[in-house]
Amino acid sequence: MSEAKEGMDVGYVAHLARIDLTEEETALFQGQLDQVLHYVEQLDELDVGDVEPTAHAIPVYNVLRKDEVGQSLDHADVIANAPAATDGEVRVPKIIDQ
Amino acid sequence: MKYEATIGLETHIMQKTASKMFCACKYEYGAAPNTHVCPVCLGYPGALPVMNEKAIELCCKAGLLLGCEINPCSKWDRKNYFYPDMAKNYQITQADEPLCLGGELEVDVDGEMKTFTLERIHQEENAAKNTHVAGASLVDYNRAGTALMEIVSNPCMHSSADALAYLVALKQIMEYGGISDCNPEKGQIRSDVNVSVRPVGQEELGSKVEIKNMNSFAFIQQAIEYEIDRQTDLLEAGGAVVQETRGFDSDRGETFSQRTKENAHDYRYFPEPDLMPVKISAEQVEQWRSELPELPAQRRERYVKELSLPEYDAGVLTADKIISDYFDEIIMKADHPKLVSNLVMGKGMSWMNEIGQAEYLSIMTPAVTGEVVGLVAKKVISNNAMNELVDILVERKGGDPKAIVEEKGMAQVSNDSALEGWADEAIAANPKPVEEYKAGNTASINFLMGQVMKASRGKANPGAVMQVLKQKLDG
Repeated sequence: MSEAKEGMDVGYVAHLARIDLTEEETALFQGQLDQVLHYVEQLDELDVGDVEPTAHAIPVYNVLRKDEVGQSLDHADVIANAPAATDGEVRVPKIIDQ
Repeated sequence: MKYEATIGLETHIMQKTASKMFCACKYEYGAAPNTHVCPVCLGYPGALPVMNEKAIELCCKAGLLLGCEINPCSKWDRKNYFYPDMAKNYQITQADEPLCLGGELEVDVDGEMKTFTLERIHQEENAAKNTHVAGASLVDYNRAGTALMEIVSNPCMHSSADALAYLVALKQIMEYGGISDCNPEKGQIRSDVNVSVRPVGQEELGSKVEIKNMNSFAFIQQAIEYEIDRQTDLLEAGGAVVQETRGFDSDRGETFSQRTKENAHDYRYFPEPDLMPVKISAEQVEQWRSELPELPAQRRERYVKELSLPEYDAGVLTADKIISDYFDEIIMKADHPKLVSNLVMGKGMSWMNEIGQAEYLSIMTPAVTGEVVGLVAKKVISNNAMNELVDILVERKGGDPKAIVEEKGMAQVSNDSALEGWADEAIAANPKPVEEYKAGNTASINFLMGQVMKASRGKANPGAVMQVLKQKLDG
């Protein structure tokens, strides 16, 4: 990943992941994550030009299911797990940014 | 300076599957909210997605219908974003290895054939439906996780007419291919539209504006026209176009800037660890290719070449697959393609507009319509009587065509004795036209013919009337 070379902006990533970090935490994690990335960077020493990229560690493909309808959850159970509900729908704070 | 517009479309199409993309919940439009949901499509921790093989097949068949190359090995990625329409905070999609690559669509734009090229088609999952109410938003997850594919065109169109023709053709092919019902009201076909404008001759494209998530073809057309004008005016005044996402206000027919959050487009794609890649063999591709149905263009050609229908009829009949399938079924029973075409395009379509297509087709089934056409073909009833018969059948919501013809006395009169009586009366009562005809003005016979038709109250067979009159006058 090019990220390691450029370094990682922990504050920016925390914002994308909606995690609130204090300044101290940001500095702490910045140092720790930089170390992790530098460690992984060692892989750059290898020439992998001839290696086909893999999406997965194990060579398994086409795990498919038939297009058949199965059991869904009971509506009352679904709503019990929701933060709030109105007329069977899940109610959330108004989404302004569309 | 002259300017030109460049337009690209990203069209989302909901596939015709029974269950969702990665779980066995039912796909059903209009069900009670949150009744077709499960741990997978609600994003509960630990729930694992499993691919729907039918969706993969439909996506690849869509690709084959559009001349795409099927990717021998495609994979899945997570597109991360925070929005309540995706409970797990990411959408499973395909970033760098989609199922279908390339492709093209040949389209008739106002009489000119144009080829629009595609970049790709990828498979993904649909988001939930949000409704915004006072102080809150409501979410129905029934649609979340349903099979959705995205057809991405190259920036190869230059006018709203191009875009409209492309969309109409795309929709038609998807319907014919059984890929999707493409009902815009049900959100089964929606497009994001990218528009940019540049001075003619400039190599690089201008800054593009994206107008998101539109389902109405008419609005798409309006939005494109508005954007081209707006951007051209900006450039002409020496200004610059800001690259941004804009919404379309259908009441005002204008686009408006949508303030997007900072970094809103950083989706941090990464490979989906819960799903294995899909490998598709050349044999599988050939198998699917052999199963592809007849496309609208092929059907039009068959109608013209094999059924000898005029180009116009062929175009009208094939515009909607339901109508075209219906037409095919009737001619299998009744033959006489031109008569069937006249009925379907005339009375048929006007009734469909009035009472709805489904209602009309349930009354005027292929069997009933075939019978009506048979009566005309055998000259039992005239063309006018055919229209009247269809009206009666629709108004009564069905019935036996033959019984109605008898009840209403609609059968044509071809037997000579009745015709001769009327012909004699017409000749006796109208000496002037008779004289004119005998003097060589052959058109005068039409007046006499009209009198006979009137006397028969429209039931006389016009061909037979003409024959009887001629015999009497010439003989």
